[in-house]
Amino acid sequence: MSWSGLFSQLLEILVALVLAPLVTGWVNQCRAWLQNKSAPSLLLQYRMLRKLFHKESVVAEHASQLFRTAPYIVFGCMTMASGIVPTLSTDLPLSPAADAIALVGLFAFARVFISLAAMDIGTAFGSLGARREMLIGFLAEPALLMVLFSASLITKSTSLTSIAETLAHREFVIYPSLAFAGVAFTLVSLAENARVPVDNPTTHLELTMIHEALILEYSGRHLALIEWAASLKLFAYSCIGLTLFFPWGMAEVGSPQQLILALPVLVLKLAIGGAILALIETASAKMRIFRVPEFLATAFMLAVIGMLVHFLLGA
Amino acid sequence: MHAYLIQSINLFAAVLLLLSFGMLSQRRILTLIHLFTLQGATLVAATAVVAYVTNQHHLYYSAALTLVTKVIVIPILLHRLIHRLNVKWDVETLINIPTTMLIGILLVVFAFNLALPIAQLSSSIVHSTLGIALACVLLSFLMMITRAKAVPQVIGFLSMENGLFFAATAATYGMPMVVEFGIAFDVLVGMFILGVFMFQIREQFDSLDIRHLETLKED
Repeated sequence: MSWSGLFSQLLEILVALVLAPLVTGWVNQCRAWLQNKSAPSLLLQYRMLRKLFHKESVVAEHASQLFRTAPYIVFGCMTMASGIVPTLSTDLPLSPAADAIALVGLFAFARVFISLAAMDIGTAFGSLGARREMLIGFLAEPALLMVLFSASLITKSTSLTSIAETLAHREFVIYPSLAFAGVAFTLVSLAENARVPVDNPTTHLELTMIHEALILEYSGRHLALIEWAASLKLFAYSCIGLTLFFPWGMAEVGSPQQLILALPVLVLKLAIGGAILALIETASAKMRIFRVPEFLATAFMLAVIGMLVHFLLGA
Repeated sequence: MHAYLIQSINLFAAVLLLLSFGMLSQRRILTLIHLFTLQGATLVAATAVVAYVTNQHHLYYSAALTLVTKVIVIPILLHRLIHRLNVKWDVETLINIPTTMLIGILLVVFAFNLALPIAQLSSSIVHSTLGIALACVLLSFLMMITRAKAVPQVIGFLSMENGLFFAATAATYGMPMVVEFGIAFDVLVGMFILGVFMFQIREQFDSLDIRHLETLKED
């Protein structure tokens, strides 16, 4: 492990922590513009986090220790995830710790804890949200794994950093299998990040909530951590997408000076991605919860077809 | 440049398969027709690129023929048909959509395996896409089986013809011109006959559900 590797690793985690609320704010702003509303400030997410950290957190009477520790675990998982996904540099000492499969496991770990915490209080909405979250999770995970496998088959590695390196350095080839994987990944990340066709992040109607129902009982610093973790999850998913499909512009092993250029490139890519996400969210209507398995079955199927096409065409 | 063109044929083939799946999972007739038009357009693009790469001039003609029939005439006819039949709402399927998709995946695996030895016999540069063409044909078959209404069945039939056409292009650089003209004409006439047929079905049963055709005698 070199000093430059350590530096890029720390910088990457720091950038993730700082940029994640900004990405969420940007998506909200774009969405407001597209819906002809006056947009909230880009910094609204930071202000909300500061406000929540200053507030006292109230915990229900029957809450167990699990309820108090879950926000920290979820936040830790998401920070770890954004440290593993290459965003600025592919020279990451943390990346051998977890490959793409373990990364999916990390997301699942966070999901299990947040669901357990929601059921811990024993309110109806908590367990309702937890059940829906698990339903979506268990359908989205295989699809996400298949997407990652399609990229792994091309690059012969399951480590995200070497996938990014191989894809960025190879001469430009059109991969039909990656086209399938890209569509599947978009569907999965919409579902996993509680975005519009599956869940509405701004809803106030308890019966249609999924993510909001899970965190209904949290307040104060616990809520702040969970909101921050949700932003980090969106950030991590966007970065996985960028790594798999647009891996250009990242710094490599042995050339830390490229980090200077890598940051603006990343911001630009995220800004375009966020605008597209807002466009998708505005153009589509929220679907019934019982249509979600169909939506995710489509994603799974597309990812599997991508792999099959890879075997057939060799590309 | 040449290599990219060959890769783009593979990409077009993949898009054809994607659109076949899209049609299989689609509930609305109107979107189904849009997807069908898109599939026709992809087929035109793929054929034109194959024609350019292999320098086969007759493929340009067949691409133009596909453009006129599949992308312009038939979608217009279908639009007018559903407008006059007034059926824009959801299509009901016999099997639910996730199950249909899983069966679709199995069909794709089957088609790819089936086409592998055949494709190796072919000397065409795009022979590996034969599996995709075969999969498109089988998926259209599946769509015809799982749909209860007459209009989606007709679209399934037309999309099957798209798959067959692509198979011919992939394996042997297209069929003889006479055969292609014959098929194009057949499809058009078939379209007219099926259109008339649908009006008859609806007049007789007040619905386009072809299950009514199973009872032969009036009660």
